Amino acid sequence: MTEQTAADATASSGPLVLGIETSCDETGIGIVRGRTLLSNTIASSMDEHSRFGGVVPEVAARAHLEALQPAIERAVAEAGIRLGDLDAVAVTSGPGLAGALMIGVGAAKALAVSLGKPLYAVNHLVGHIAADILTEGTEPLEYPTIALLVSGGHTSLLHVRDLTTDVEMLGETIDDAAGEAFDKVARILGLPYPGGPQIDQAALEGDPDAIRFPRGLSRASDREKHRWDFSFSGLKTSVARWIEQREAADEPIPVADVAASFREAVVDVLVTKALDACEERGVPRLLLGGGVIANKRLRDVATRRAAERGVTVRIPPLSLCTDNGAMIAGLAAELIASGRRPSTLVFGADSTLPVTEIQVAEAP
Amino acid sequence: MILAVDTSIGSTAAVVAPDGVVLGHAESASPRGHAEVIGDLLVAALEDAGVVAAEITHVATGMGPGPFTGLRIGIAAGRAFAVGRGIDVVPVASHDAAALAHIERTGDGGAFAIVTDARRRENAVSVYRGIDEHGLPVRISGPELHPQAADLAAILPSATVIVPTGTAADDANPADAPTSIIRAADLGRVAARVLAAGVAPGADEPLYLRSPDVTVGHVRKRVST
Ligand SMILES: [Zn+2]
Repeated sequence: MTEQTAADATASSGPLVLGIETSCDETGIGIVRGRTLLSNTIASSMDEHSRFGGVVPEVAARAHLEALQPAIERAVAEAGIRLGDLDAVAVTSGPGLAGALMIGVGAAKALAVSLGKPLYAVNHLVGHIAADILTEGTEPLEYPTIALLVSGGHTSLLHVRDLTTDVEMLGETIDDAAGEAFDKVARILGLPYPGGPQIDQAALEGDPDAIRFPRGLSRASDREKHRWDFSFSGLKTSVARWIEQREAADEPIPVADVAASFREAVVDVLVTKALDACEERGVPRLLLGGGVIANKRLRDVATRRAAERGVTVRIPPLSLCTDNGAMIAGLAAELIASGRRPSTLVFGADSTLPVTEIQVAEAP
Repeated sequence: MILAVDTSIGSTAAVVAPDGVVLGHAESASPRGHAEVIGDLLVAALEDAGVVAAEITHVATGMGPGPFTGLRIGIAAGRAFAVGRGIDVVPVASHDAAALAHIERTGDGGAFAIVTDARRRENAVSVYRGIDEHGLPVRISGPELHPQAADLAAILPSATVIVPTGTAADDANPADAPTSIIRAADLGRVAARVLAAGVAPGADEPLYLRSPDVTVGHVRKRVST
């Protein structure tokens, strides 16, 4: 490491926190000092799921158990710290796959007890928002902001008034997550898992306007009950039906056009609802997060249409957008800085933890 | 000083001295909620023993067999505790702990089988006969799965005593009662003997005994009618 400047010293103040994230198929261990990212180690079991075409919870849980110890050791070495130096341990309590979450919860509790350090149990979705503050060389995120979090496990639209105290769930998917829809449509097209990059590749030469696939929950009649919710199950079925009709007519399948048009339907509905939320809530800021943000078309369309509507878009680096432990550590560091007490040791994995519960089991 | 953790049946933690003396013990018989209770159990076991985390030199982890989700929590906790302290894990087959307890309780010198519920109408079965020169139970087969409906007496070597474990203790006859859970204290005592003897511990892999449930190669379902 180079000699520290005064600015570095300010940037490197704050609690030293190790975060553990095991809500889906990534075993994430992150270490932060305040808002400074020291390491972001991710072990993914994605390859093990590829032959099943989607995340298999039991396979993910087994992989977490094996990945955890080496990932912690790697993260500590990378951060150049000693575990004894930590001010706190943080862990995702939910939402996510219960069996997968439990691995992280059990490990985090034992690590905290072995080190005699406080433990912060936090919300995975709010962690995705906290990822932004670890982004180097940017001004701190301003609040309020609308946040669109899209991955294989969740698709959520949030109104964030304050990171540590006030997050509102506007809407979420009522069936498949957007990432899942990519996986399922990829399978329909005979493409391998994970579907996102495959659909992207296939869509390169395709026309996004070739086929008008439905935009889920976007009709006027959906406004009342599902104004901010998403649905991708009907879209997937619609793609399958379109292909079957072509097959029945013995016509070739224009894979590029189907991929591009499907992707456009997903991107359109995500961006439209997110920007409508910005407008209705009077919030000219949109934060994107989650693994599906890796999709360049989504980022491009969001950035272009947001600019047209006077909304500023924030996109953390992709390594912080996918599920990771650094965002969990970063959220805990903010909670500590705001004076929150640690969590008790009595909490579990909550697969449906509401976003309003930013921290779980805060000590009395 | 060994910290032992087992969540293969119930959740239990214990602190055992290098000479095998049990210094502290904590348990929760609830078959669910392993993740909820594990932190408090570790703290309770340490407090019961009157030791602090820094005095722990080894962690013994019960590797199962047991229901996957619960079993893993103890292993994850044991491994994480070891990482935190920079110490070694001593993996122990959970049935070994029950076997040691059985031998000591009954003085059984013959063959016996530790039988635990593996769910889905199957039992996990390990057969032991006596103890070796290090005081470790000698496992001669298993753990392996058998249908609960199967007649174990007909399958196992003749005169094998069946020791059901993980069922409610028989209060009327405590001397004959099977252990209601696999106790971390027994697990820690096995680990103490392994360490004292300098023999290789068990494999550091969970004894799942079953592959994950998954269907491979989804066939596309027709959606058109
Ligand atoms: Zn996520």
